[in-house]
Amino acid sequence: MPEIRVTPLGAGQDVGRSCILVSIAGKNVMLDCGMHMGFSDDGGPGLTCAASPSHFHLDHCGALPYFSEMVGYDGPIYMTHPTQAICPILLEDYRKIAVDKKGEANFFTSQMIKDCMKKVVAVHLHQTVQVDDELEIKAYYAGHVLGAAMFQIKVGSESVVYTGDYNMTPDRHLGAAWIDKCRPNLLITESTYATTIRDSKRCRERDFLKKVHETVERGGKVLIPVFALGRAQELCILLETFWERMNLKVPIYFSTGLTEKANHYYKLFITWTNQKIRKTFVQRNMFEFKHIKAFDRAFADNPGPMVRPCGDRCCPRAPSFHIRGAWEGVIMPGYCVQGTVGHKILSGQRKLEMEGRQVLEVKMQVEYMSFSAHADAKGIMQLVGQAEPESVLLVHGEAKKMEFLKQKIEQEFRVNCYMPANGETVVLPTSPSIPGGISLGLLKREMAQGLLPEAKRPRLLHGTLIMKDSNFRLVSSEQALKELGLAEHQLRFTCRVHLHDTRKEQETAMRVYSHLKSVLKDHCVQHLPDGSVTVESILIQAAAPSEDPATKVLLVSWTYQDEELGSYLTSLLKKGLPQAPS
Amino acid sequence: MKIKKILSLSYCLSGHPTLPCNVLKFKSTTIMLDCGLDMTSTLNFLPLPLVQSPRLSSLPGWSLKDGNAFLDKELKECSGHVFVDSVPEFCLPETELIDLSTVDVILISNYHCMMALPYITEHTGFTGTVYATEPTVQIGRLLMEELVNFIERVPKAQSASLWKNKDVQRLLPSPLKDAVEVSTWRRCYTMQEVNSALSKIQLVGYSQKIELFGAVQVTPLSSGYALGSSNWIIQSHYEKVSYVSGSSLLTTHPQPMDQASLKNSDVLVLTGLTQIPTANPDGMVGEFCSNLALTVRNGGNVLVPCYPSGVIYDLLECLYQYIDSAGLSSVPLYFISPVANSSLEFSQIFAEWLCHNKQSKVYLPEPPFPHAELIQTNKLKHYPSIHGDFSNDFRQPCVVFTGHPSLRFGDVVHFMELWGKSSLNTVIFTEPDFSYLEALAPYQPLAMKCIYCPIDTRLNFIQVSKLLKEVQPLHVVCPEQYTQPPPAQPHRTDLAIDCQPPATSYRRAEVLTLPFKRRYEKIEIMPETVMM
Repeated sequence: MPEIRVTPLGAGQDVGRSCILVSIAGKNVMLDCGMHMGFSDDGGPGLTCAASPSHFHLDHCGALPYFSEMVGYDGPIYMTHPTQAICPILLEDYRKIAVDKKGEANFFTSQMIKDCMKKVVAVHLHQTVQVDDELEIKAYYAGHVLGAAMFQIKVGSESVVYTGDYNMTPDRHLGAAWIDKCRPNLLITESTYATTIRDSKRCRERDFLKKVHETVERGGKVLIPVFALGRAQELCILLETFWERMNLKVPIYFSTGLTEKANHYYKLFITWTNQKIRKTFVQRNMFEFKHIKAFDRAFADNPGPMVRPCGDRCCPRAPSFHIRGAWEGVIMPGYCVQGTVGHKILSGQRKLEMEGRQVLEVKMQVEYMSFSAHADAKGIMQLVGQAEPESVLLVHGEAKKMEFLKQKIEQEFRVNCYMPANGETVVLPTSPSIPGGISLGLLKREMAQGLLPEAKRPRLLHGTLIMKDSNFRLVSSEQALKELGLAEHQLRFTCRVHLHDTRKEQETAMRVYSHLKSVLKDHCVQHLPDGSVTVESILIQAAAPSEDPATKVLLVSWTYQDEELGSYLTSLLKKGLPQAPS
Repeated sequence: MKIKKILSLSYCLSGHPTLPCNVLKFKSTTIMLDCGLDMTSTLNFLPLPLVQSPRLSSLPGWSLKDGNAFLDKELKECSGHVFVDSVPEFCLPETELIDLSTVDVILISNYHCMMALPYITEHTGFTGTVYATEPTVQIGRLLMEELVNFIERVPKAQSASLWKNKDVQRLLPSPLKDAVEVSTWRRCYTMQEVNSALSKIQLVGYSQKIELFGAVQVTPLSSGYALGSSNWIIQSHYEKVSYVSGSSLLTTHPQPMDQASLKNSDVLVLTGLTQIPTANPDGMVGEFCSNLALTVRNGGNVLVPCYPSGVIYDLLECLYQYIDSAGLSSVPLYFISPVANSSLEFSQIFAEWLCHNKQSKVYLPEPPFPHAELIQTNKLKHYPSIHGDFSNDFRQPCVVFTGHPSLRFGDVVHFMELWGKSSLNTVIFTEPDFSYLEALAPYQPLAMKCIYCPIDTRLNFIQVSKLLKEVQPLHVVCPEQYTQPPPAQPHRTDLAIDCQPPATSYRRAEVLTLPFKRRYEKIEIMPETVMM
């Protein structure tokens, strides 16, 4: 039985480090290649046909160079153009931190990143990429960050959709994720916010801006840790437009480096942003900020209010905490993984152990804001409704919350929902239909027999199925014989019917003829010159066995196609002939 | 019951080989392939000057040989040519040959081939969907916007119609006498119609498979000619039609042409070949640069009539490399068009649709086209029109890129009037769509130098022959112009399509039956049946 097998190597009942192996119709595809490396070794890279990171965040593509250059994966890697552009920069940055700051050995090198990127094949949205003769992939817009994509993997009529991270509500710089009713066998969806239903975006933004505004009015400094590239841009646009509207003069400083560089990409890939930005970019490119300036260390101790979004959200080494001025408030926009500074602060911890065993006391106000570009429970349900999958598989979420969502999906859509842990394999049996061709000649001959085809009623059709080079064709038997160079064999049934009749054979045949003619009014009954009688293609001959002149033998012969009529005739003749009106 | 034989028909609505408009009836869907607008009709009209032109307004009216001057309000004479003094009009695709409200979809191959879209979608009862790539739509919108702007900002009271009367037209001198279908010529559409037409477009990407009613699948392929330009595959499970329109094998800025996907076609419809088969685009670019340098060095100005997108990007890129080496870095380049800014900006954001070299620049991240640097260093300046800032900044000698290439409307009319009298100045024709001699006719006598450097990167006949050998379609269908040498060069038999079996040709208002040999139809077999 054909089946689809899914094994999460990362993100199984877990947030972050996505890496999912899918095996479909004998093709192995890796979806995402997050930075966690523990499981990659037993992934069997030699088998993998394609790796498709859904977007440039490191928890989705961080292990790519490791996988392709150190483990030895040699196949193609598919990603969208913006992901291809931004991914190597983040990888290089990641490498620098790991090697230069942490001193990790056996890490991938810059050259490996370059070599890895050479294996990348860039895909357009909605483009059908033929990986080989059978396997095709297609990318859909996912929102989340610039260039984020959902991937559909398809072999014949079997398909799997992997969402990566996605957002079903448009934000200030990106559009909403969208997929057509593609009815995959399986939808693998992230479930970061499996139980959350976020209130309207406008309210959240208003609250956020109010908090920022109040703090700077008090003369305080606001620290906004935003870890994820993309969220940083969203935040900048939000602050920029607010500053412009309120005519504020309080400085906003942004870390130079990554975010600044990324802004250039946002400008060049404007077609991936939302409608409004795309429409107005000629007049004003939203990623050219007027109020937001590059940060310099010297500014950290400046007196007076300032707003400082900084690039490290939940990283344990958060360099932003090096500036330990009198921060009034921290606003956490987004999800914080356990064990990080962000998580500790949020859970109310007031003392933080820093690197070098320093203990830092948290004096400032801490606020949490959900600003994440992930779909919430409503969004996930909406996507499931859009795609209409046969079953759903949850990844990239916490087990407890997944459990809740799983129940909800099973109730509402009446489909199976799975949530495997890392290393656990889900096996889904499928029954793909097999495409084939029917010869037009055969089809027309069937039609010519009268009777319009009725959609709801099955009909019997005789033909020969030729299987050649995994190609199926249904043709008429004559054509099949001709094509395959076979001689036709005829299968005939013959039967002897004994009749008591003293007359001559010719007369017996005549009697049989007139009897059948009167009984079988709808059939063509003929008396041939040689004395034999035919009913359609059934041949009846009368013979006189020498030993008994009072008995005549009728030889009945028919092909197996006429079995029905043949056996009917035989039983009819066995009942004897009516007395001749002599 | 007898099965009705289902024919695949092709209705040919345009006679212009590079501005095609065909309707294909295939597997019970009706598909329009492109809707090009033939603008050569405007050459019969007087130019629309931006500033009142005493020369144009004092042209004598034309009268019949017997002295009858009843047409002198409508027709004016200039150096032996007769022009219609009226709002310019365009020659639409045939609208009577087939009921256009039955068209299910329109497939657009590039932004030059969609200029008749508003006429079709807004005035024929069309209710279907239009498919095109994003750059095609965005740049197509700019071209339409420019066209509407050029014509609307110079309102002309007079709309001549007397001359169109069949009995009158017969008496007129050539080429007016021979102009076809003048009664169906229409004035330009409005911006409102453009917006409404464009709202019916659905964006598609290369190699995207689009299902039409479950009967036919259509797929755009990169054609290498312009930003977002595409060829189309129209196929069912056992039949395949390739529609090739405006393709190029030269390495300019767009993504290279996808040839492999055209293989195994039953029918290949071939349109949009180069209009100047005898000229080599690379040589023309070299000539363009050297003539430009020569004129500027002598203190003259250079006028380049052009469209606001397309070849202009390549010309600017050439000049970017050329002007420093030629010692011309102080000569200002002006690009004047209502959509100049948009065009320059849009060109930088379509990284995915660009050739590999340009894509890798975006990954750095740098703008893919060097005109960004030309603008930054103030060497290239762009203006919406000659009015406003331009008149303050204007310095001579200079190079001006502006439209329209027909020289009948747009800012180019002003520069022709301004610079035409001096032999120091040069006008360089790079767009191949209009005969430059006809374009110049209403400006004669002219002292300025005229250089003809047509740059047409579309396939030439040698490339087509090679392509056809490679992809081996069973049948080729093409405009009649491609099956014989050009009338002016009857001995050049190499300037025609050479393929086996010979191509089927079509002309305007003709209906062709496409030769398909269908032998199979698709079925799906349940796995249980096969497992038995």
